[in-house]
Amino acid sequence: MKKLMLGNEAIARGVYEAGATVATAYPGTPSTEITENIAKYDEIYSEWAPNEKVALEVAIGASIGGARAATAMKHVGLNVAADPLFTASYTGVNGGLVIFVADDPGMHSSQNEQDTRIIARGAKVPVIEPSDSQECKDFTKEAFRISEEFDTPVIVRLSTRVSHSQGIVELEDRENYELKPFVKNPAKYVMMPAMARRRHVSVEERMAKLREYSEQSLLNRIEWGDKKIGVITSGIAYQYAREAFGDVSYLKLGMVYPLPEKLIKEFASQVENLYIIEELEPFIENQCRKMGLKVIGKDKLPVIGEYSAGLIREKIFGETSEKLNDIKDEVPARPPVLCAGCPHRATFYVLKKLKLTVSGDIGCYTLGALAPLESVDTTICMGASVGVAHGLEKARGKEQSKKTVAVIGDSTFIHSGITGLIDMVYNNCSGTVIILDNSITGMTGHQHNPTTGYNIKGEPAKQVDLVKLCQAVGVERVKVCDPFNLKEFEQVVKEEVAADELSVIIAQRSCALLKHVKFGPVLTINQDKCTKCRMCMRLGCPAIVDRGDHMEINPTQCAGCDLCPKVCRFNAIEKAGGRDE
Amino acid sequence: MNNTSILIVGVGGQGTLLTSRILGDVALSSGLDVKVSEVHGMSQRGGSVVTYVKMGERIFSPIIEKNEADIILCFEKLEALRWIDYAKKDAKIIINDQRIDPMPVITGKAKYPENIIEKIIANYKNVIVVPALDIAKKCGNIKAVNVVMIGVLARHSKFEKDLWIKAIEKTVKPQFLEVNLKAFEEGYNQSGT
Repeated sequence: MKKLMLGNEAIARGVYEAGATVATAYPGTPSTEITENIAKYDEIYSEWAPNEKVALEVAIGASIGGARAATAMKHVGLNVAADPLFTASYTGVNGGLVIFVADDPGMHSSQNEQDTRIIARGAKVPVIEPSDSQECKDFTKEAFRISEEFDTPVIVRLSTRVSHSQGIVELEDRENYELKPFVKNPAKYVMMPAMARRRHVSVEERMAKLREYSEQSLLNRIEWGDKKIGVITSGIAYQYAREAFGDVSYLKLGMVYPLPEKLIKEFASQVENLYIIEELEPFIENQCRKMGLKVIGKDKLPVIGEYSAGLIREKIFGETSEKLNDIKDEVPARPPVLCAGCPHRATFYVLKKLKLTVSGDIGCYTLGALAPLESVDTTICMGASVGVAHGLEKARGKEQSKKTVAVIGDSTFIHSGITGLIDMVYNNCSGTVIILDNSITGMTGHQHNPTTGYNIKGEPAKQVDLVKLCQAVGVERVKVCDPFNLKEFEQVVKEEVAADELSVIIAQRSCALLKHVKFGPVLTINQDKCTKCRMCMRLGCPAIVDRGDHMEINPTQCAGCDLCPKVCRFNAIEKAGGRDE
Repeated sequence: MNNTSILIVGVGGQGTLLTSRILGDVALSSGLDVKVSEVHGMSQRGGSVVTYVKMGERIFSPIIEKNEADIILCFEKLEALRWIDYAKKDAKIIINDQRIDPMPVITGKAKYPENIIEKIIANYKNVIVVPALDIAKKCGNIKAVNVVMIGVLARHSKFEKDLWIKAIEKTVKPQFLEVNLKAFEEGYNQSGT
């Protein structure tokens, strides 16, 4: 049967067909749908883990326990999981262990543009790279096989365009994979110096064997065409190269680490001009240059951003596209915004009003950095808001904490904010942390987490109590407040920021997109009462529009959340169709 | 046969993803190779969104570039303007006559360009303008704008109407099927202007 599948969905299918029985992940664009789709197969135990490090550790445990196990994450998630990764490379596996890592060239939804192949090389873990949905499925199954044959974790590297493009996939049956016995083997699984020294030797021997495998692996293939030009490429870059270069010769690498050096040399010897087309770092290219090959690559093509067929044509052949129309309008940008009804809007409105310094974090609420809310001053990585706020105080003294807050989402707090909070407690910080508890992992598309009370399948689960958790680590001032009670919330923030002790404010209000969230009728502006003071514009609500001579509320955008009447001093905002009460 | 490239542009939350999935399903059931490229994550929060659908004998790159689109399905006027350079000279450009102000316009930092549709018509001869929001309202659900647009596209496509209906039945949730089929029919019967 053929089906149109997202790359991520095809990965999930591959995990299923390979007979895997354990999958665990923390959500992260563009990798999230892998685990969401795995969760649809009842044959596979699946879970959302609190972070990528835990997820990989669970997958390692499952592999040692004899199961085929999978974990998925975005590129920056691999940084969090790097610690177990580098040592799992030494222990190797029992059941196959495959780590899916989705890079985000162009940073559609990320804070940096790092290249997973470089971390993988550091960890000495082989990397396989599919270029479309069918390969996502096929390569996944081969990855499990390689993992077991060579006793190694395997990374399948994806990119946004592979993960989030749909292509046709031929479905096959699930392999009947039998759980391998769990055998006590401290020499392999207890990585203390004496054992680890011997395992490092095994790692080097394995890399040599993998180099041999790479030479004859079906993952790497030559497509002969015109031999004037030869292109070495992999992943999504292969698809762009095929369109840009047309009928030339290609060495399409499915295994990018370790590279098949003999195959590359043989290919290079038969073509006149050799091009290396790869997004981000010159990973294949540097290896080719080291081998003494004359290649054209990053000298013409960027290490920044996404590629496309057009970009390759422009940089390599100097071809640009001609403009076919005479339209010269400035097109205003349309940056993403907090949704109408979003609980974070109220929080940032207050933080801006109080002119606080805000160390921010990763999630929908990063959008609080944009106009007109413009409250967030720093965003580094998951969980960093807490440590950064602590560092600001330690650099500038306690007075700094009287004008600073950290903001962090519920899921992000569990991911890696809690450790920062413990640092604040332990090292006598008087700062204020606001946990934006919207009862869901929002930005990645509504995944459950340990604070929501449900598991990945939507079944009831134990719920981490944020208040008790903060109290248990030693925070004495923990306040819970609905940010939509604007006055009360503002008062609480003022008090806690002024306090000489550490405090946590839990700003509790559900994401406006959750199904159970019901608002009243849409709102409208009574033009007779409106004085055009533009106070409501400070909310940055996509439904409230400044028409120059008047403000109006767009009824198709308004969620009816009732926040804007609270900032209007003239009672000019009313429920549409009638007066408020 | 030649490949067909269809660009679907709009504002996050307008349902462009569902549209591209229906379109992809139609191509698949017609036996064509097809790729649909989406963007998830941050830009979905009310940002400018674009989905690429390419179909034909064999598709490599999932991305459509400037001067390559055979059809642009525009869910919003400003987005039509933003992506117009992606159209071929003889492209079919289907525009939902709806305005959604982006944040820089809302806050008064930028102006929403005037006469967008007139400018596009002056440059391209196959422009179809549809009051999709009004039609969707008439059908009973303003969220059905996307399926109204599919209806218009279906009328101007080479695929049988039946294939589209089947794809809609497969893709939308059962409780919304009736309103969506009505929206499709209304879109299909639009003559356009």
